[in-house]
Amino acid sequence: MFAALGDPTRLRIVSRLCDGGPLSITRLAEGASVSRQAITKHLRALERAGLVRSGQAGRERLWTLRTERLAEARRYLDQISQQWDDAIERLRAFVEVDDA
Amino acid sequence: MSMDRIEKKVLLRAPLERVWRAISEPQRFGSWFGMAVDGPFVAGARVPAKIVPTQVDAEVAAMQKPYEGVAFELWIERIEPMRRFSFRWHPGVPEPGVELRDEQMTRVVFELEQKADGVLLTITESGFERIPLARRAEAFAGNEGGWEMQTVLIGKYLALEGGG
Repeated sequence: MFAALGDPTRLRIVSRLCDGGPLSITRLAEGASVSRQAITKHLRALERAGLVRSGQAGRERLWTLRTERLAEARRYLDQISQQWDDAIERLRAFVEVDDA
Repeated sequence: MSMDRIEKKVLLRAPLERVWRAISEPQRFGSWFGMAVDGPFVAGARVPAKIVPTQVDAEVAAMQKPYEGVAFELWIERIEPMRRFSFRWHPGVPEPGVELRDEQMTRVVFELEQKADGVLLTITESGFERIPLARRAEAFAGNEGGWEMQTVLIGKYLALEGGG
């Protein structure tokens, strides 16, 4: 995910969607130093990473940040962390008694 | 907080050699972790393993039961006796139908340090950022269902215990 966010243009896109989304490519390109094509390319990369999605609104395509994806990925790590805590307690039970 | 790594530290009040054997000998490792390991832990080996219910905690064993027989591999990396053991694997519970790619494995490192009152064990699992965000999110959603099912199983298991 951080690979998906690593580029400054992408970070700016994410930041703008976070503050004022959903936004069209035209709006995202306003004041940006890169072309609409470049912004489209970055949006596709973010879409592949599961961070944004788009939907048609009239004649425009609007892009939205999928904040729930970040939260879910965070919970995934929390869950694995919990599994390690449980495994450590089993290891403790295993080594702190005389198992010979 | 890092989205790439998990680090755990625990002081084990046991002799260094016993802790080392518990993590570096496949059979011992398997009995507390809850897996059957088919082959020795030697650097460079790809060791097949299967989930089997742990032998040290009946409740956890009951939770692992639905996953019994699920196969995975440990790719052993480094073994420094009494100090360090590391391997790579696919984190979490393997999901049916999800292709597991080698570059999406995480690295697990066990490090031991002798202290005055025991052995300080540090476990680090890193490389989660190599797993696509979408897959991590979906794995979580899938596991949540799994946990619900397991809660039901635990309920049944406890009811059986109480009735017997």
